[in-house]
Amino acid sequence: MSIALQGAKPAREIREVTAWDRLKVNKNWLGAWFMLPAAAFLILFLAYPLGLGVWLSFTDARLGREGVFVGLENYDFLRDDPVFWLSVFNTILYTTVASIIKFAIGLYLALLLNENMPFKAIIRAVVLIPFIVPTVLSAIAFWWLFDPQFSIISWSLKKMGLITQNIDFLGDVWNARWSVIFANIWRGVPFVAITLLAGLQTVSPSLYEAATIDGASPWQRFRFITYPLLTPIIAVVMTFSVLFTFTDFQLIWVMTRGGPVNATHLMATFSYQRAIMSGYLGEGAAIATAMIPFLLAAIMVSWFGLQRRKWQQGADND
Amino acid sequence: MTDLTRRTLVKGATAFGAISALSGPALLDWAKAWAQNAPWKPEKGAKLSMLRWKYFVQAEDDAFVKLIDAFTKATGVPVEISRESYEDVQPKASVAANTGTGPDLFWGLYSLPHLFPQKCLDMTDVADYLGKAHGGWVDSAVKYGKSGNKWIAIPICYSGALINWRVEASKKAGWSQFPTKTDEFLEYAKAMKAQGTPGGFALGHASGDGNTWIHWCLWAQGGQVVDKNDKVTINSPETVKALDYAKALYGHMIPGVASWNDASNNKAFLAKEIFWTNNGISIYVAAQNSAKDIAEDMNHAYFPVGPVGKPTELHLMYPILAMTYTKNPQACKALIAFMLDAQNFNPWIQAAKGYLTHCLNEYDANPIWTSDPKNTPYRDVAKRSLTAGGLGSVGEKAATAIADFVVLDMFANYCTGREDAKGAIAGAERQLKRIYR
Repeated sequence: MSIALQGAKPAREIREVTAWDRLKVNKNWLGAWFMLPAAAFLILFLAYPLGLGVWLSFTDARLGREGVFVGLENYDFLRDDPVFWLSVFNTILYTTVASIIKFAIGLYLALLLNENMPFKAIIRAVVLIPFIVPTVLSAIAFWWLFDPQFSIISWSLKKMGLITQNIDFLGDVWNARWSVIFANIWRGVPFVAITLLAGLQTVSPSLYEAATIDGASPWQRFRFITYPLLTPIIAVVMTFSVLFTFTDFQLIWVMTRGGPVNATHLMATFSYQRAIMSGYLGEGAAIATAMIPFLLAAIMVSWFGLQRRKWQQGADND
Repeated sequence: MTDLTRRTLVKGATAFGAISALSGPALLDWAKAWAQNAPWKPEKGAKLSMLRWKYFVQAEDDAFVKLIDAFTKATGVPVEISRESYEDVQPKASVAANTGTGPDLFWGLYSLPHLFPQKCLDMTDVADYLGKAHGGWVDSAVKYGKSGNKWIAIPICYSGALINWRVEASKKAGWSQFPTKTDEFLEYAKAMKAQGTPGGFALGHASGDGNTWIHWCLWAQGGQVVDKNDKVTINSPETVKALDYAKALYGHMIPGVASWNDASNNKAFLAKEIFWTNNGISIYVAAQNSAKDIAEDMNHAYFPVGPVGKPTELHLMYPILAMTYTKNPQACKALIAFMLDAQNFNPWIQAAKGYLTHCLNEYDANPIWTSDPKNTPYRDVAKRSLTAGGLGSVGEKAATAIADFVVLDMFANYCTGREDAKGAIAGAERQLKRIYR
């Protein structure tokens, strides 16, 4: 038998393995191809407009006319523009106050909704309503609520005899700021609440049982079980919340258009005002570009501040 | 009827008092005769598209559509019309001018054509034709329409911004007529507020109502944004005087005007919250439909005259332009001329109920201006209006300064006490210098 086998089939010719051969079976190479459509989308619809915006901020482009490169001139002008700094102040105030309150109310609501109660599903759905209503619609509703002449709030207080004159909600600088912040909170709370609720439901009840047996108070249970286990979701939800608030446009535009006397201009509305309304595309782009560092900082804080565990940052679990 | 020429028709119409509103088949016959005699013959297979500002009075748009239909039937040129809020026409036109594609015709606000004069079709022949046929153009229209020696747009109409006031309440305060001088106006506002019937002007970012009264106020005291060479002259004692005047007036207004937009004063007036304001005729039109008591008790008046001694009003101009990229320039010109010729224009401005004011003198005779004496002040707004930018050029810079609310914010900053006069003026000056460099 062994003799018969000998030389029965000539062994297949052995050739060098080429780089191409290696590449053909390389998983990463294939992976790169699969990534390509996604990358194309990102570049076309995200990176390109962002890059174009940054480029525009270095030109003196006007609406309907291409500009030439002017270096940092737009930024130079903005540096001495009190309205720009006012809009920065407004944006930071708006974002900070609204985000903190949204978080507080959202967490409170989430904890409430996490309890067992009758009509749980319906109540949870109802909480979402402010988030479902189109922003423009709710903005118009608030605009009426805060109207200097027809505000139902002023009307009710007057009927109750608490005030004698309508409250000037949107005409007074600070009133206007608190009014738009209030509207933003109203809109943003459901998002925070429902997302945190989802997080709460992933916490295993056995942990609470164990803690209860150990004699932990409700506050201790929240502080040492709920909160630590919730931090990843808090990080995500607050990042989004801060980003949405920081870049808010519709609420402000519908309610005040940045008025009175620019007291509610956010960087986003101010950028639109300068770029589209007045036609200074370059300057508007510069204002928009100036938002990027703030946004990056906000992301950094929540991701590196709140996500202390390694797996949350993409490493293996510790 | 088909053998009628335009001339005989015009003569006939004049004999009937110039304004027999043709409709149905009569309008079509007239349109056909017009098309035969018009100096512009639309290109073969021509199609037009137009972007116009969105109407405020429905009847105006209905009449507009009717005349466009007549044009299409008479010339065979279909016209596609799209409508945008009047603030949004400008950005779209700018982009179209830049990219060389888009609607053939744009009908927008203020000095739109001056943003890109080299992209506008030369309309000199149309302007001459219309001017000759209809009693000539008013001065402000010439300024808005011309760039150098060339007409780059046809000023279709103005929308007047005048005082709307309640008669009975004013009488009670001791004024049977609306004050004609700025000092008296201050007294009037004070008396009106004292008896609980205040008024108000918008100090928020209201493109129409805010800008018109603010510029009146500035000019009435002799202030100017720029001189006639476009040099920024806002930093002047006259501006300070205007600011002080506005602040005094603001003190006599209903609280809350700092947040008002273009719609706020309409609402407040119709709800009997305010008793004087500035507006187009739309409050009156709305009151006639839904609040007859207000309509009967209200009237219109010119803005009071200030120390400069002459009217200093700013009204909203609506010019139409054709882009040089259009494939059918003759059709564009024919359509514009058609719109402004008497048989079309008269019923049209009648349908607008006084909201639109003509720029061609002949139309002073339109019965809309005299059938109801309360309409009459709006007849003359084209003659009384100063142009955007005041003494300076009507152009991109003036348009930008208005769109960016530079002057409006200066007044609002001072009136609401956010800044002192010096600070408010300095802020405006800095921004204006950048716009006018």
